[in-house]
Amino acid sequence: MATTTPRIRRHAPWTPYAFMAPFLVIFATFVLAPALLGIWMSLHDWDFMLENRPFVGLDNYLALFDSTSAVFEMFWNGMRATAIFTVASVPFLVAIPLALAVMLNRRFPGRTVFRAIFFMPYVLGVAVVGLLFRFMLDPNIGIVNGLLGTSIPWITAQPWAWISLVAMTVWWTLGFNTIIYLAGLQDIPSELYDAAKVDGASAWQQFRHVTLPGLRTVQLFVVTITILASANMFGQALLVTNGGPGDSTRTALIVMLAEGLESFRMGSAAAMSYLLAVFLGIVSIVQVLAMRERRPRWQS
Amino acid sequence: MAVLTRPPAGSTPHPPPAAQRSGRPPGGLARQGMFWLFLLVLTVIFIGPIVWMFLTSIKTNPEATSVPPTLLPSSPTFEAYEGLLQLEGSYPVLRWFFNSLMAATLHMALVLAVASTAAYALARLHFRGRGVLFVVIVSTLFVPGFVFLIPNYLIIDQLGWLDTVWALAVPGAAGAFGVFFLRQFFAMLPTELEEAALIDGANQWEIFTRIVLPNSKPALATLAVLSFLSNWNDFIWPIYVLFSPERLTLPAGLRLLQGAYTTDYPVIMAGAFVASVPVLILFLFTQRYVIEGVSRSGLKG
Repeated sequence: MATTTPRIRRHAPWTPYAFMAPFLVIFATFVLAPALLGIWMSLHDWDFMLENRPFVGLDNYLALFDSTSAVFEMFWNGMRATAIFTVASVPFLVAIPLALAVMLNRRFPGRTVFRAIFFMPYVLGVAVVGLLFRFMLDPNIGIVNGLLGTSIPWITAQPWAWISLVAMTVWWTLGFNTIIYLAGLQDIPSELYDAAKVDGASAWQQFRHVTLPGLRTVQLFVVTITILASANMFGQALLVTNGGPGDSTRTALIVMLAEGLESFRMGSAAAMSYLLAVFLGIVSIVQVLAMRERRPRWQS
Repeated sequence: MAVLTRPPAGSTPHPPPAAQRSGRPPGGLARQGMFWLFLLVLTVIFIGPIVWMFLTSIKTNPEATSVPPTLLPSSPTFEAYEGLLQLEGSYPVLRWFFNSLMAATLHMALVLAVASTAAYALARLHFRGRGVLFVVIVSTLFVPGFVFLIPNYLIIDQLGWLDTVWALAVPGAAGAFGVFFLRQFFAMLPTELEEAALIDGANQWEIFTRIVLPNSKPALATLAVLSFLSNWNDFIWPIYVLFSPERLTLPAGLRLLQGAYTTDYPVIMAGAFVASVPVLILFLFTQRYVIEGVSRSGLKG
């Protein structure tokens, strides 16, 4: 950070600000301003369609906790759907990429090709992935039932709908976490494995006592971003199950965007988004505290 | 150590596989077989659906929806693609394609321009508030993006940008990732060349454009590809800020197509494939940069 440069006059005092200005203008307009505007909107009865947008204090937030309000039911149904999806998908998105990364970390011909193959679905957009899986999971003509010889209602009944959404998300995004684990694995000094082998450690023991402790920081990062990404679940549920069956896969983000950008009750929607963000913040803090405990001996 | 284990000249550049290296008993061959079989199965799982999308797009609709499904089309046909092109009017797929291309290219150019200049100032120039500014910018990386959606819709509306390409290309350029990513790269560049250029009387703009940028091509390429991909694939934002059928991007348009052609799977898969080809080709040629960029994003944790 501190570049050890002699204090000579290298540029006019305004030069740095000129370099910063283009980004700062966009940053102020589309990050700082909306962050403040969102809070302000959430404190008003901000209806896009109305002239009057009276100040209502915390009413938009309180309504989310009031079981008699119009939004209570759908908001918490959405929160529950997002929570189910997160709890169901994060373990797979943490464990499978770790296993793949350990496998790809071995030296064998073509490993960079396989690395690219596992990552490939990630470069597709959710719209493409959603349409593709809607077709493949079709109960009547889909290839998944065709190959399995089953007639499972993948989209129209629970728990199949959740299984479908989790499986397609794992297929789609697993390459991202794999690459991050792989980078982490390559940072573990190979001397540690040599030492473990000298001590007669089995492959499993090496994984348990060298690999896992060495990946602790990376693991923390992966779990955090995967929880964040799962909480953003939107496109898959919209395109594959369309929130169904019933409203069971109508996630918090679908509810929030419908409230704000379809019904145009933006004050209420802004309150929803902040409440979801606060929940995520709490989850992240708890998870960081839970995972920070033991550090690998060679890192402390 | 490295010298001792170096393979004799002319041998394969790859070190021997782990099984051989650790001198496993003869069972090793079977294990190797299992390993490659496992890789093959995984490859089919990961590529299969993408291939299936293409195969379906060159089938006739009766064949695409036949039970049991046929693997290969009995008589390949491009009628689904011809059908797509004839959908002008409410579903101008070609138009969507160019809209996506335009938005993603503009977005990419904007990200490179504003992120590189800001990153240069943060990495190399000295000014009051630099540290605070950097912390503020980086801290927004930890704020979930959905909290900006509703208020940004309002801001875009105030700017008169709803239903225009600006709504797609500009707001995303406020993201902190590009600035953070390039700043870390610029900070690692050696300063000697710049010192020499300064002594020769170069100003900061010349140093930036003639020394720093040319020496940062890999980082700039990574950021370019990542920002193009994310903008091309964006779904949530375009479906809300665009309304006119002729203004949509491909992902937003695909949703309309799905709604209108629920059961014409070859047409839907052809649309999906058209949206996939540019990013798959881009990935094919730039996968090193993409994967490098993603690995780096993990190191900040």
